[in-house]
Amino acid sequence: MHREELAARAAEHQRRLDGFAHHILVCAGLGCPDNEAIIAALRRAVAERQMENRVLVRKAGCMGLCALGPIVLIQPGEIAYQTVRPDDAAAIVASLGQEPVQRLLLPPDLPFFARQHKNVLALSGRIDPESIDDYLAAGGYGALLTVLTGMRPVDVVRSIQESGLRGRGGAGYPTGLKWATVAKATGDRKYLICNGDEGDPGAFMDRSILESTPHAVLEGMIIAAYAVGASQGYIYVRAEYPLAVKRLRLAIREAERSNLLGRAICGSGFDLTLQIRLGAGAFVCGEETALIESVEGRRGIPRPRPPYPAEKGLWGCPTLINNVETYANIPPIVRNGAAWFAALGTDRSKGTKVFALTGKIRHTGLVEVPMGISLREIIFDIGGGIPDGHALKAVQTGGPSGGCIPADFLDTPVSYESLHELGSIMGSGGMIVIDETSSMIDVVRYFMEFCMEESCGKCVPCRAGTAQIHRLLTRFQERRATAADLAMLESLCDLVKHASLCGLGQSAPNPVLSTLRYFRQEYLDRMVPAEPDGEVQP
Amino acid sequence: MPVNESTAPPADDTRWQLIDRVMQRLDRRPDALIETLHAAQDAFGYLDSTTLAHIASRLRLPPAKVFGVVTFYNHFRLKPKGEHTLAVCTGTACHLKGNDKMLAWLRDRYHLAPGDTSPDNRLSLVEVRCVGACALAPVFLPDGALVGKKSFGEATAIIEEWLGDAP
Repeated sequence: MHREELAARAAEHQRRLDGFAHHILVCAGLGCPDNEAIIAALRRAVAERQMENRVLVRKAGCMGLCALGPIVLIQPGEIAYQTVRPDDAAAIVASLGQEPVQRLLLPPDLPFFARQHKNVLALSGRIDPESIDDYLAAGGYGALLTVLTGMRPVDVVRSIQESGLRGRGGAGYPTGLKWATVAKATGDRKYLICNGDEGDPGAFMDRSILESTPHAVLEGMIIAAYAVGASQGYIYVRAEYPLAVKRLRLAIREAERSNLLGRAICGSGFDLTLQIRLGAGAFVCGEETALIESVEGRRGIPRPRPPYPAEKGLWGCPTLINNVETYANIPPIVRNGAAWFAALGTDRSKGTKVFALTGKIRHTGLVEVPMGISLREIIFDIGGGIPDGHALKAVQTGGPSGGCIPADFLDTPVSYESLHELGSIMGSGGMIVIDETSSMIDVVRYFMEFCMEESCGKCVPCRAGTAQIHRLLTRFQERRATAADLAMLESLCDLVKHASLCGLGQSAPNPVLSTLRYFRQEYLDRMVPAEPDGEVQP
Repeated sequence: MPVNESTAPPADDTRWQLIDRVMQRLDRRPDALIETLHAAQDAFGYLDSTTLAHIASRLRLPPAKVFGVVTFYNHFRLKPKGEHTLAVCTGTACHLKGNDKMLAWLRDRYHLAPGDTSPDNRLSLVEVRCVGACALAPVFLPDGALVGKKSFGEATAIIEEWLGDAP
């Protein structure tokens, strides 16, 4: 399908949408259960009032404020309703064009929405994730057409390099540099992989992006494949995300039918096929070489690096692996230019980042903010602070690979560098707020249990080290630890961090190390007094 | 290698046609294994030794390799599940909001630990490592339907009512 046909199709769909006086968008993500019943009730209410020709009820992607979901958005007017139930349908439909339903109304100036900067999430909650026409009408696949009709692969790579985009999966490797390495690699076959194995327990950015705007991820991948010269790609998604998988399958099928995937894409000489590969519940598969093993149908056991996947990846061929959010950043960069993106954020961390706010915070949900914003603004202004009169104790970022940042550092601007200096990591974007009712030892032991169970077993430092660290942390939790245990804990953390093969082991001690740094007293308080000399040890 | 008579699946079982289709779509290459195991578990509910033997034979893989992959990944089950399944999320947000208390209650009330099925085959309890609904924590899923943001008292009442044995 050529540019003109796609433009005509988008215009036709827009005309159809414009034919309705009111649009009712219902969040149909995992975070808003019951949305099907709400949609059905709204459609019934519309039919009862014989308004089918004037009111369109549609499902939409995630609107972010999961704490107050299900959310319903009325357009035009930008009227957002919170905690909607199917019984509210009649009142909502009756109020169209009149005064909004006050008891359901979300304040329009709520800082949760007003303080965000939406780029990747711009269309999330605004379009139907299951309709390619909706994405096209919103300007979707425009960036791909720009690339295919007017840019050489090398121009695309340069533009991504100039944007300063860094990997959103956690490590923050410069995306343009990775693309350039794969583009320069020799070989007739190159592969492209999207890492959707969001394994951090407490993070759901990638799930939400895949559920809300699957076509944006596809568009980013197609552009990437063109830039690096790949003709076959895989999207590796967790099996625990059935809705994301379903929408992605549908999106791929629709893109194939519209000649946005397959042979001679949009009349160009460029071919690309994309396939989904389901994960099967292994955290280590988020590590790129383990993920490649898994795509090849084997146990997800990491390979030593180098060689890096950019040189020798899937089936020994040069392979580009990026995370879901990284790919979703590509279409806006192409559309608005590298300079636009580079102007957002800090000196070395450009653009915006999506965070999943969870734990002891009032407005749990998904937010997108410019890099460089302070933790305080995210937690207190956007997130609404800590509920039930409790006080903030720490913010955990990066999940089992990250650290706990104490309340004293709330004014730190969020960037890859600043979080690293504080002993944590940006990670994929999970931000778990901890109040004074939680014990840091319990939190850290929880993460170590996770790493111990998820260690693939290939290298001894990780396999045995995480088990021993977990055993020591249990002694602290049970108030049986000694000074020797503390010394052993510190020494083991150092060993596992420096001697493990892959990122899982290398980062597993991070939660322990950061709490030893900022919450050492909690460890000391849980130690038994030293035994007097000469007494027989039990 | 011809498919051995003894490892050929029953020809009249339509579920095998679905699984075969997945293998054929991927040209019966070795990398089709994990996708095939997903299809088989979706069809049969779990993976028994006969199923694994059929898959190994069709993909021309050593049975030990197939078994190694099945046991590596948490998602695959070697035993059938009960009539109902209760999944309790043990992600970080759910842990902080007290799902460990819920697991302790299930142990006391129904004598089930994660991975267990009740002796009357009525209920299986499974632990899931984050379903990604962290904003609704604590989360549990009776027969796959997500329930979130409930207090401990509300959650236990929902489970008792769901199992039809409220006190």
